[in-house]
Amino acid sequence: MDLNITWFILVGVLLTGYAILDGFDLGVGALHLLAKGDEERRISLNSIGPVWDGNEVWLVTGGGALFAAFPDVYATVFSGFYIAFMLLLFVLIFRAVAIEFRSKQENKRWRTLWDIAFSVSSIVIALLMGVALGNIIAGVPLGADKEFSGTFWGLLNPYSLMVGITTVALFIMHGAIYLVMKTGGELQNRVRGWVNNTIIFFSICFVTVTMATLIYFPNMIAHFKEFPVFFVIAIFTMLAIANIPREIHLGREFRAFLSSSATIALLLVLFAIGIFPNLVLSAPQPEHSLTIYNAASSQKTLMIMLIMAVIGMPFVIAYTVIIQKVYKGKVKIDEMSY
Amino acid sequence: MDTEILARIQFAFTIAFHYIYPPISIGLGVLLVVMEGMYLKTKNKIYENITRYWIKIFALVFAMGVATGIVMEFEFGTNWATYSRFVGDVFGSALAAEGVFAFFLESGFLAILVFGWNRVSPKMHFFSTIMVSFGSMLSAVWIVVANSWQQTPAGFHIVSNGGFSRAEITDFWTMVFNPSSVDRLLHTLSGAWLTGAFLVLSVSAYYILRNRHIEFSKKSIKIALVLAVFASLFQLFTGHHSAEGISRNQPAKLAAFEGHYNTSPAPLYLWGWVNDSEQKVNFSIAVPGFLSYLVHGNTGAPVTGLNEFKPEDRPPVNLVFQSYHLMVAIGMSLIGISLLSVFLLRKDFIFRNKIMLKLLVISVLLPQFANQLGWISAEVGRQPWIVYNLLKTKDALSKSVTSGEVLFSLILFTLIYALLFILFIFLLDRKIKHGPEDFSDLNSVYSEQKAIFHNK
Repeated sequence: MDLNITWFILVGVLLTGYAILDGFDLGVGALHLLAKGDEERRISLNSIGPVWDGNEVWLVTGGGALFAAFPDVYATVFSGFYIAFMLLLFVLIFRAVAIEFRSKQENKRWRTLWDIAFSVSSIVIALLMGVALGNIIAGVPLGADKEFSGTFWGLLNPYSLMVGITTVALFIMHGAIYLVMKTGGELQNRVRGWVNNTIIFFSICFVTVTMATLIYFPNMIAHFKEFPVFFVIAIFTMLAIANIPREIHLGREFRAFLSSSATIALLLVLFAIGIFPNLVLSAPQPEHSLTIYNAASSQKTLMIMLIMAVIGMPFVIAYTVIIQKVYKGKVKIDEMSY
Repeated sequence: MDTEILARIQFAFTIAFHYIYPPISIGLGVLLVVMEGMYLKTKNKIYENITRYWIKIFALVFAMGVATGIVMEFEFGTNWATYSRFVGDVFGSALAAEGVFAFFLESGFLAILVFGWNRVSPKMHFFSTIMVSFGSMLSAVWIVVANSWQQTPAGFHIVSNGGFSRAEITDFWTMVFNPSSVDRLLHTLSGAWLTGAFLVLSVSAYYILRNRHIEFSKKSIKIALVLAVFASLFQLFTGHHSAEGISRNQPAKLAAFEGHYNTSPAPLYLWGWVNDSEQKVNFSIAVPGFLSYLVHGNTGAPVTGLNEFKPEDRPPVNLVFQSYHLMVAIGMSLIGISLLSVFLLRKDFIFRNKIMLKLLVISVLLPQFANQLGWISAEVGRQPWIVYNLLKTKDALSKSVTSGEVLFSLILFTLIYALLFILFIFLLDRKIKHGPEDFSDLNSVYSEQKAIFHNK
């Protein structure tokens, strides 16, 4: 395994970490309006209160790692998907504003307004990220100069929108399970009821997107034909999804949450195997694709960063575990809460 | 307007707005360590109140820093794609190091700092405070390293491959310790310490003027003043060192700072207005030969002038001259205010002196202005280069982005940042007006919780 593949995996790990962590807090946001009354909504908000900005750090670091390891991908994707990313940044900030603003006034209309803002922006963020992912699968027009030559509206093609909706569905399911884990009493019972619906919604989206991928983008399964052993991952993905309702039924919320985290991770592994070794597929001229080799930094930089990652990652994992331990258990509202 | 101007306005606007917050976090972080350390040592409740109050302010400021920082992380790619391709191998690794080493540390322990007071042991909490403070400074280390590399590139070579050329690392530590890194880091950090110290001074002085939280405010002022005096004097030292470095590494920048056109012994201007076409500094007061003395230790030593550089290779002189001189003037007044305040501490005179207290209240803005002006001097003084002597700003833009798109996103950012700033001021104002609580009576909070979670 060379350094380029290693960094393909490491950037993938960072973005997967982001998807799992921010995935649940975006999902909680998407479900937020279903919580009834101010108290329930405060609990919903405070379930992600201590962690949401820490979760976004994974995105920032993922972006930094992408910049350092594959600068051409960073440059092409962010300048190429310009309007989409600007909207994403706008909504990310707007969501943070909504979280901070909401509980600062007692006024009911004020709170409802920010509740809507929080929920809608959570959905839009998930949708935009899914659309970006969809475009990477479908391929975007790139020139010989590595520059994007398409348009913003071209990015909003039906397939990518479908991947976007699937991402929203996935995060809603993930967020619902997280809420079950973090709440108690009346609210928990109701959320438990939502989980089944979210699983069904996600499953429908997932099957549809998978069929569309197989029909329109058979290149995504080339590696699976070559190495049938990868098929095991697809099976594990199905098992992970199927395990969620079982654990919820048995009242083991934490295991259900692990299962949905595994689902996200496995889906991204399938995605990564599908696109490898491309990072940005060029369509219709595949010879202009950005790969982990032609878009990468020098071997020296990749090595330096690998050393950093080896030193830094154990710490990152240690903090993450400490924080999760400290905040284990149900939401408590105190003077520091939203 | 053309894409370059719009992209530059956008970058300047988003980074200037972002840079309101990190210096407060860094400065306040240091003070939090002292405050909580005092609490653990003395077990005096007043220090607990102080610590917990400033943690709340810290959390607000930190959230602002994260929200606006995400934009910065991606803006190199969105607006400056050609630059990103050119420097990614070097610049990207510093940015990634910031993520791996600093961001996770800060944000992870921040959760304990803010939400963990009743959940972890006092020692664990204190440890978290230290880690957050350390992390915020570590973050400054990497970002200033990356920026300094743009000013004084080192430890790299240019590699051409298939029509693309870019900078690649040859020596990581030479890149990290490039000629301007250490000076600029220390200068940035001391500016940040001042920002935090003067925020604490300002709010505490406000309370004393209002005759509220007297004990709390007196103790806060004493702690903050120690940092203010140290940082303001240290700032003078680091500033001087930076100027010496600039005279060696970026002579065009230093010449623009002082409006110095012909290579000759140079005066130091206290103020003035540069007329670029006549190459003169009007309305000025200057100390003859003093710039030569400061950078070369000799009043007769020649200082490189702007005429050594082609007109298109010079930064906009008057803008840099004004921002630099204003920064220096503010730096000097901060030293004055800090020393005067310490002097007035004798017999608690300062706490009865309304004028001095009012001065402290408004002084919160001074380090903020100085920080912004310092960055304007440093970054505009680097023009027309985006990477000094290697890549020009006008050649660094994203090729696939149109001016209309940049304008659109600029409008988006203006709107959201206006909203964000209103939010920040509103919340800060509320927290300040609300004041520190007496945290010794927390039982009421717990009973409230029990009411919510009756299942437990």
